[in-house]
Amino acid sequence: MGRWDYSMGAILADGILAPMAEKITPETFQHLVQLAALELDEAEAEYLLGELNKQLQAIEELAAIPLEADTPATSHGVPYADAIRPPLRADQAALDPNVEAIKGQAPEMDDDYIVVPDIPKEDL
Amino acid sequence: MELADLSAQQLADLIRKKEVSAVEALEAALARVAAVDGAPGALDGQPDAEGVHAFITLTEERARAQAEAVDAKLAAGEVPGPLAGVPFTVKDIFTVKDTPSTAGSRILANFGAPYTATPVARMEAAGGVMLGKVNLDEFTYGSSNESSAFQPAPRNPWDLDTVPGGSSGGSAAAVAAGEGALSLGTDTAGSIRQPAAFCGVVGLKPTYGRVSRYGLIAFGSSLDCPGPVARSVTDAALMMNAIAGPDARDATAAAVPTPDFTAGIEDGVKGMRIGLSPDYDQITFFNHETGELESQPLPKEIAQAVERAADKLSEIGARIVEGVPMPHTRYGIPAYFVISRVEAASNLHRYDGVKYGYRSAAKVGDLRELYRKTRGEAFGLQPKLRILMGMYVSAAQYSEQYYQRALRVRSLIRSDFDAAFDPEGAHKVDALLTATTPTTAFKAGDVYGDSVLMQYADQLTVPANHAGVPAISMPGGLDAGGLPIGVQLIGPDFAEASLLRMARAYEMATEADAWRQQRPMVLAG
Repeated sequence: MGRWDYSMGAILADGILAPMAEKITPETFQHLVQLAALELDEAEAEYLLGELNKQLQAIEELAAIPLEADTPATSHGVPYADAIRPPLRADQAALDPNVEAIKGQAPEMDDDYIVVPDIPKEDL
Repeated sequence: MELADLSAQQLADLIRKKEVSAVEALEAALARVAAVDGAPGALDGQPDAEGVHAFITLTEERARAQAEAVDAKLAAGEVPGPLAGVPFTVKDIFTVKDTPSTAGSRILANFGAPYTATPVARMEAAGGVMLGKVNLDEFTYGSSNESSAFQPAPRNPWDLDTVPGGSSGGSAAAVAAGEGALSLGTDTAGSIRQPAAFCGVVGLKPTYGRVSRYGLIAFGSSLDCPGPVARSVTDAALMMNAIAGPDARDATAAAVPTPDFTAGIEDGVKGMRIGLSPDYDQITFFNHETGELESQPLPKEIAQAVERAADKLSEIGARIVEGVPMPHTRYGIPAYFVISRVEAASNLHRYDGVKYGYRSAAKVGDLRELYRKTRGEAFGLQPKLRILMGMYVSAAQYSEQYYQRALRVRSLIRSDFDAAFDPEGAHKVDALLTATTPTTAFKAGDVYGDSVLMQYADQLTVPANHAGVPAISMPGGLDAGGLPIGVQLIGPDFAEASLLRMARAYEMATEADAWRQQRPMVLAG
């Protein structure tokens, strides 16, 4: 019986994953913070990393659940049979009656443009 | 009895008969708010145990105009709607045009919604009078209301040292204290039912898709359900009549006919089959000290409340079916930790300080820095935690083992319910009877900060969210400290009317019980 292979995404034959027991390292955490577009002070970072790792321990239980190969993933619990699936709306554009109120929510406007700081450019 | 303590049904009846005006009903509710609520939640406020603090925004002028409109309709001989003049509150996670719609977060503190959520619009169209917006856990992320950026956060009217539960804590606290007869809440893992249980009121999580989510600031889009919080079962049914039904603005609002939820509500439970499951008699949790999963039976008082309810329902004609297996119940929380976080992270990406809401005032070099500063300054710890976890478990290299797996585990949880409710199955139950929560209301400060322990408060409620099925929490007694205990009925898809009928039967059968005569501390004496 093989082990869970993170790079290959392999699943054990009986549908039970090998124990994950991964911990989020401070390096991975910093990467997540960047991806999440957050800025944290030290106390926040320490609390959040601690809680994330506690939650991961709780989540590990999922690995021990036997899953049949044909157990489907759900988009939500209630199966939306055709009979109860609402028809799609007609694809018609309509002007919102509250354009001014919506524009008025922007923190900084210049005429009809929302003002933002420089947009970073990167060479790919 | 004061006007503020009347049920929505009684109040609407008196108003329709012109024995009480809608304005008088509003004045009574406002007087109650003034008497018990204390300071509303505000940014940079401090926790306080001297009031209920249900509100963030009291919309007194708007309410007065609505009440006057109801009275004018009545004077003109028009029909003002089934909720004529009934004051209600709205969890501040729904948009209401031209009112602050904050989600309990600094990042939306200055957001004035340009449109009104469908369920709110429907309550107003039914004649309801919106008193204001009530407090919640930030973006609904919590089970105690302590995470709101708007402090003081709500307290439990039965004991102001304890929490009202969450995340619809302001809703449950307001209804329990007579600050409006009804409140519109949301339930993603138990956020209507758990606070309803803690505050001794009725809370219904409808079937996913029964009530439109248009105008609901999203948390877990595959799990979120708007629903009623009320002091009586009939009031919850009345409110369902107003809010349920298809909505062209929400593609997940199911195209199913909306029944009259009050029809036959007092027809009793004779012949109904109500199941008890050993899998709901215990709580399973992760012990960080030992690194092991542990199971414990429910506290005795709570288990006894379920037994009492089963005995009572049996006495009045229901058939109690014991031993219904629900083996995947314990996986509800681990699966929820994954699914809800991924959806939360996705839904929170839109808050960036550009188009609306908070923008950092710090000097920044570029747009990316603006995002980081804005989100860092204006999200509280709980949203940050959910964003980070959601990004981790959905990352390409982990998605198969966490997110995809959790979505499949949700199928297993659903299959437990399908088997229990199967008319051709071994048990054929019309509903399951369980406790709503593993504890009664806990003291403020006791659990907050431990995000894992807090999440396990939802262990008995979250399976219904995964399965999408409806569930109702109703008062089932008091513990030794005089705090309410909630019992829950869970039914098959779109069986809200049947759940309300069972709950009403139980309510009628216990009407004379001593615990039913007790009132919340803030109203006693």
